[in-house]
Amino acid sequence: MKYLDEFSDPELAKHLVGQIHATATKPWSMMEVCGGQTHTIVRHGIDQLLPDGVQMIHGPGCPVCVTPLEIIDKALEIASQPGVIFCSFGDMLRVPGSGRDLFRIKSEGGDVRVVYSPLDALRLAQENPDRQVVFFGIGFETTAPPNAMTVYQAKKLGIPNFSLLVSHVRVPPAIEAIMQSPDCRVQGFLAAGHVCSVMGTAEYPELADRYRVPIVVTGFEPLDILAGILRTVTQLERGEHVVENAYQRAVRDEGNPAAKAMLEDVFETTDRSWRGIGMIPRSGWRLSERYREWDAEYRFQVRDIATEESTICRSGEVLQGQIKPHECAAFGTLCTPRNPLGATMVSSEGACAAYYLYRRLQTPAAAGTGAVSSGD
Amino acid sequence: MCLAVPGRVVEIREEDGTRMGKVDFGGVIKDVCLAYLPDLQEGEYTIVHVGFALQRLDEESARQSLELYRKLGALEEEFGDQWGLAAQQAGERRPPGTEWGAAQ
Ligand code: SF4
Repeated sequence: MKYLDEFSDPELAKHLVGQIHATATKPWSMMEVCGGQTHTIVRHGIDQLLPDGVQMIHGPGCPVCVTPLEIIDKALEIASQPGVIFCSFGDMLRVPGSGRDLFRIKSEGGDVRVVYSPLDALRLAQENPDRQVVFFGIGFETTAPPNAMTVYQAKKLGIPNFSLLVSHVRVPPAIEAIMQSPDCRVQGFLAAGHVCSVMGTAEYPELADRYRVPIVVTGFEPLDILAGILRTVTQLERGEHVVENAYQRAVRDEGNPAAKAMLEDVFETTDRSWRGIGMIPRSGWRLSERYREWDAEYRFQVRDIATEESTICRSGEVLQGQIKPHECAAFGTLCTPRNPLGATMVSSEGACAAYYLYRRLQTPAAAGTGAVSSGD
Repeated sequence: MCLAVPGRVVEIREEDGTRMGKVDFGGVIKDVCLAYLPDLQEGEYTIVHVGFALQRLDEESARQSLELYRKLGALEEEFGDQWGLAAQQAGERRPPGTEWGAAQ
């Protein structure tokens, strides 16, 4: 229990951990969908505080990790064109495409810029009317409304030199794909809180019902996660499978209606492939017909592109919770944050990076040197 | 990237017909789009993700989250020097034109 001191309220944490131990009589496996939650769990050793047999499976909810290689390669191609200002969030800079990344393109003289908000990219387009400004629009339902608003603004204000390279993904179809997989071990879900801040909870009861899994909407802080686990275990022990909101301070059942309306106007659902996982039907958003002019894929004609994925990287299995990062032979040896083979080693929300940062002594390689721990 | 940070609305204005404002994240002040929360008032707390206010938050939980994020260094990751971070990870020099503080 050494980790408990690090919680913001160690007493409450201790209480919650105690409750989880008192409640669980059987082994249970539950998945935290969101990469931000994975980060918190690994950083605070929450999985190591759980009763034997109660397991956290890390889910595919890192937007950087699941952005398809094809889109990364398209981004790299667009970013290396003369006259283009390519804007992105900082965590995309080192995601490996087929051979290079945005960081390299900047080093080689490409105009790649990091922005805080997609609106910053739109402003750059207004300030540089003779340049093409492209924003890399990736992410889940939380990031989609900002990007939708930016394209809406570009259209409203008539800014012709802005476009969005878009690769948005949606959580509910991913949950469905995970439950349908023949070797699914997931018995309950901690749903991603901020996705639900936007979308609300309406999409979940049907999933909980159909697959008989509890779904508990959970926040990102260590205590939120312990509370989410407790509620999930309680349901599992009682044989229940309902949707619960354990993040009421930020999630209303109806979500954010204004944001949902904008999403509906600007995007349409589409099949989307997830890096490492493959195609999940209707799991993505793309710009709808009305906004095609602002779609970078059309503007730059990068629609067919050949890609080459690392043959060593097992991030697909990591993302689906089939293996833990340190079970990948390259973990911590061939693959490190300095030289990442897969996107899951880049983003701080990626499971491989989280394990590398906070559990590096528990790699099989380190075990060989005798430098180690009991493992998990 | 998925982190959404709580902050306090310190100013509300119209810009190109859109509701914008300034939000204070425990000292760091940023321009934020408020269009998705049409009745959010000055002085209220909100969760902000990539420059957009997405949901209201009460003051107490906002303060607690901010305090925690500060302790964990998450605010630096969100608002800090992204090229510096990437260069450090890569073990290389930052590309020219990305000096921290300069217009990037
Ligand atoms: S450790 Fe590296 S190579 Fe292995 S799965 Fe993770 S990202 Fe891929």
